[in-house]
Amino acid sequence: MDDLRDKYLNAIAAAEDEAALEELRVQALGKKGEISLKMRELGKMTQDERKEAGPKLNALKDEINAALAAKREALADAALDERLRAEWLDVTLPGRPRPSGSIHPVSQVTEEVTAIFADMGFSVAEGPQVESDWHNFDALNIPGHHPARAEMDTFYMHRADGDDRPPHVLRTHTSPVQIRAMELAGAPLRVICPGRVYRADYDQTHTPMFHQVEGLAIDRDISMANLKWCLEEFVKAFFEVDDVELRFRASHFPFTEPSAEVDIRCSWQGGTLKVGEGDDWLEILGSGMVHPKVLMAGNIDPAYWQGFAFGLGIDRIAMLKYGIPDLRAFFDSDLRWLRHYGFSALDVPTLRAGLSR
Amino acid sequence: MKFTLSWLKDHLETDATVAEIAETLTDIGLEVEDVQDPAERLAGFTLGRVTKADKHPDADKLTVCQVETAEGMQQIICGAPNARQGITAVIASPGTYVPGIDTTIGVGKIRGVESHGMMCSEREMELSDEHEGIIELPSGEVGQRFSDWLARNDPAKVDPVIEIAITPNRPDALGVRGIALDLAARGLGTMKPAPEASVPGTFPSPIGVSIDDDTRQGGCFLFAGRMIRGVTNGPSPEWLQDRLRAIGLRPISALVDITNFFTYDRNRPLHVFDAARVAGDLRVHRAKGGETLQALDEREYTFAPGMVVISDDTGVESIGGIMGGEHTGCTEETVDVFLEAALWDHVQIAETGRALKIHSDARYRFERGVDPEFNMPGLELATRMILDLCGGEASEVVTAGEVPDVSRAYRLDTDRVQSLVGMEIPADEQRATLEALGFRLEGDMAHVPSWRPDVMGEADLVEEVARIASLTRLEGRPMPRAQVGVPKPVLSPLQKRETNARRTAAALGYNECVTYSFIDSTAAALFGGGGDDTMLANPISSEMSHMRPDLLPGLLQAAARNQARGQTDLALFEVGHAFHGGEPEDQRLQVSGLLVGRTGPKDVHGTSRTVDLYDAKADAEAVLSAIGAPAKVQILRGAADWWHPGRHGKICLGPKKVLGVFGELHPKVSRALDVKGPAVGFTIWPAEVPQPRRSGATRAALQISDLQPVERDFAFVVDAEVEAAALVNAAAGADKQLIENVRVFDEFVGGSLGENKKSLAITVRLQPHEKTLKDADIEAVSRKIVEKVEKATGGVLRG
Repeated sequence: MDDLRDKYLNAIAAAEDEAALEELRVQALGKKGEISLKMRELGKMTQDERKEAGPKLNALKDEINAALAAKREALADAALDERLRAEWLDVTLPGRPRPSGSIHPVSQVTEEVTAIFADMGFSVAEGPQVESDWHNFDALNIPGHHPARAEMDTFYMHRADGDDRPPHVLRTHTSPVQIRAMELAGAPLRVICPGRVYRADYDQTHTPMFHQVEGLAIDRDISMANLKWCLEEFVKAFFEVDDVELRFRASHFPFTEPSAEVDIRCSWQGGTLKVGEGDDWLEILGSGMVHPKVLMAGNIDPAYWQGFAFGLGIDRIAMLKYGIPDLRAFFDSDLRWLRHYGFSALDVPTLRAGLSR
Repeated sequence: MKFTLSWLKDHLETDATVAEIAETLTDIGLEVEDVQDPAERLAGFTLGRVTKADKHPDADKLTVCQVETAEGMQQIICGAPNARQGITAVIASPGTYVPGIDTTIGVGKIRGVESHGMMCSEREMELSDEHEGIIELPSGEVGQRFSDWLARNDPAKVDPVIEIAITPNRPDALGVRGIALDLAARGLGTMKPAPEASVPGTFPSPIGVSIDDDTRQGGCFLFAGRMIRGVTNGPSPEWLQDRLRAIGLRPISALVDITNFFTYDRNRPLHVFDAARVAGDLRVHRAKGGETLQALDEREYTFAPGMVVISDDTGVESIGGIMGGEHTGCTEETVDVFLEAALWDHVQIAETGRALKIHSDARYRFERGVDPEFNMPGLELATRMILDLCGGEASEVVTAGEVPDVSRAYRLDTDRVQSLVGMEIPADEQRATLEALGFRLEGDMAHVPSWRPDVMGEADLVEEVARIASLTRLEGRPMPRAQVGVPKPVLSPLQKRETNARRTAAALGYNECVTYSFIDSTAAALFGGGGDDTMLANPISSEMSHMRPDLLPGLLQAAARNQARGQTDLALFEVGHAFHGGEPEDQRLQVSGLLVGRTGPKDVHGTSRTVDLYDAKADAEAVLSAIGAPAKVQILRGAADWWHPGRHGKICLGPKKVLGVFGELHPKVSRALDVKGPAVGFTIWPAEVPQPRRSGATRAALQISDLQPVERDFAFVVDAEVEAAALVNAAAGADKQLIENVRVFDEFVGGSLGENKKSLAITVRLQPHEKTLKDADIEAVSRKIVEKVEKATGGVLRG
């Protein structure tokens, strides 16, 4: 029996392919195989002989089966190895191209600003870009002869002959949305109003269209100190710094009283802005307490309500935060610029994950 | 508004430095735009004395000087003819930058002899054009700074010039005295007494004045003047010329310079007529229309009816409060002068000035407001100065009209600073501030000074107190949340859609653009716009003359610009408003995408191909899906004519409800906008997508069957113009329970099928719900599908 065992195990080990193995299996374990025949002979044996030979034969059968399976797997592995060796690909070839889009910095920064102010309870109000003279000026305490009108480089819409209304304007600021928001929602009120604004000016640092965001908070006891806190919180969150120093300077806007221009402490080094440190001051926005006449224009009684308003340039803070040098390029749609300064679709600014990646 | 430090010190007693003054001005609302301090430029120059001067051994025109300087005895080679022993000169030692020759002095050898510095001329220090020789000073100590010497002996040369921006509410700060008053109120010095003058007239004015009745209201409140005869109108004195030059004005003649002086010193514009050229009396009246005047700026103006002018017997001689006429202007020959001090209505000045496009100092000041109470004192002071500088004899004053009463008072609520601004300022300090600014306090009523037209209410008093106290003292105070707890979402459904549409388009590979809202009329006309209603009255250029009727023209132009830069495969999109009219409500939010060129650059896998309308369709559908549009829509034809007539579709919910359009742009349109090759795109109107009826976040329960679905393919030969949608709908209608979906997987046109025929192949997926499908069931539904399709499309099942 040991001879038989050695014979088959050696033969299996030496088998070169699947066919040879199959042949060996038939030889040994097939219906007329050597071992099968021996097993058949068990019936003719005495009980004692059978007791001895039976388990041995069964063990031999199992052993050969196992050897066959192992060899078969080894052969398959070798064959697979051989095939895989032939299946070489140049992995340095590029993958299949996938288009990659981008979000414009103006949209991204608008969402950042919205995320911050939403947390402070400000909702988003909108208004028309072609705006009535009244909403853009009169309601904001800028009467027809006011020098501020001339200084704003206003775009006027054409008026048809016979239409004697004052011509509509392209809104020169987002402030008219204050009036519309007050008309619509009354007090108390907290809104920001981001959007396009227009002024007839085009040079190195001015484009005839740009973006502003207006903020307006009206309640019974909102003060300029609240305004300062609110802006400090905003600037810290927006520029992602722990501390920031704001400087309020007295100024004048017809629609606020008192009015202040707001500077942030910063440093300019090698053309890079760092907010919150250094000895420079950078003017970033105008603000103040809403003028009683403006509240009245929005149907809010200034005897009961007061609040603050501010306006800042979205393009401008985008340039500052992301180091974008030229405002005019914002509106040129140069693909290289869009890709370089744009943001990924999944870079959604949130307070929990941070505004910028 | 520019002024010099010494001018300010005429009115303000102060030891403050220029830097302190500048910082304070900015803080109190008079924002400093520029400070020019000539002393800073001269900081490196010191005085030295030449103790010995010898001829240069190798150069006739050079002198070798031994000079006693701040750094001890130095040898300096000098080429000036007046370099000689004993003179006190101005030394630039090595390392000093000399502006006039744009050089930093070093130690060097001149013709073989060492030189340790330079002795300077006035031109070399940009003090004047003087370059005859080096400066010789009559006094001064060795080592003394030249700027200090100038400050003591010739202060005008080192007088710092400060320029501030004036907000429209502060006409009082258009006079140096008004600025001084603000600084004094802040505590930066004390006011010097205001100069006063009273010049009694010695004869009646030969020129009378009058204001027409219809001009007193909203025209001219007061017109006062007097003749000064026998003047000599030469150049004004050096001090006055220095001042005017320092603030950028050209000295002209004593009379004109005096009026300019009062314009800037006291915000009191005046006018001088050459009395010899005035025929008869001066009359202030409204123009009839059509009158003309050659003004002092040498331009001719024609007046519209109602504009306020000053005429003599021969016609208009001056544009009241804006600009005088050339004919009656003063010259060096003027002997008798008529001095005018008047008060004009600021609205009228603003309107006339704007209509005539005149930007004069007088208009600038009168439209912001001058101090009415100062009209007559100003006339007296100017008379005094004319008599002092030009001689002559003054007549009595003639007047028409009267000083308007601008007196008013508001209640000072000292708690208001705390409640409105949030600063704690003691009541006494508040009252003191207002008094320092010229307010008169009577109990709690604050009477506004006549020079502050901007103070019109209680809030203005708060503003005055707060700005003088300094807003830098303001401490931020937390603003409580509008409600307790987790902040509520703030975006409206449409605002969320806008964001989702934008981010979806970017995720699909589009680059977001922000293009101008105004485009040229040709481009606008191609997209149904360009009419008068959307036209700007004053466009900045013809490229930006009309509000865009659609976002696509801007994207097409952007594509053309990129193509010109060598970028050929483009996927651009924009989210913004388009304008279908000129009224505020005529704007509509739109999302547009544009594809030009190929899906990507040529690549090794061969995936790159030319973009087509099916790309645009898929993207439009993806964006619509992202903003919650229903999956079941109709695709109809017949959109606007800037689309290719056969290659576009409107995405609709019924024939009237158009959510968007996709397709290929009309070749004429893309060509007109210089885009090379075909362009496909889409437009979506997010507001058109209906709001889902359901509220709440719960989804409907998921119904899934355990039974095996079965797919069967069919191919039909139909006429070429039969739309796939018709075939799919017919097949799907065969058994709405059983058929889960039908999709087209092949289209084959022409070939063996013959002219105008095509084959459409569909896969129908059957999903049983109750029992497993048997062959007979499948046969039955298949027959029904074929029947339905054949009936609906006239097609036949392909054998």
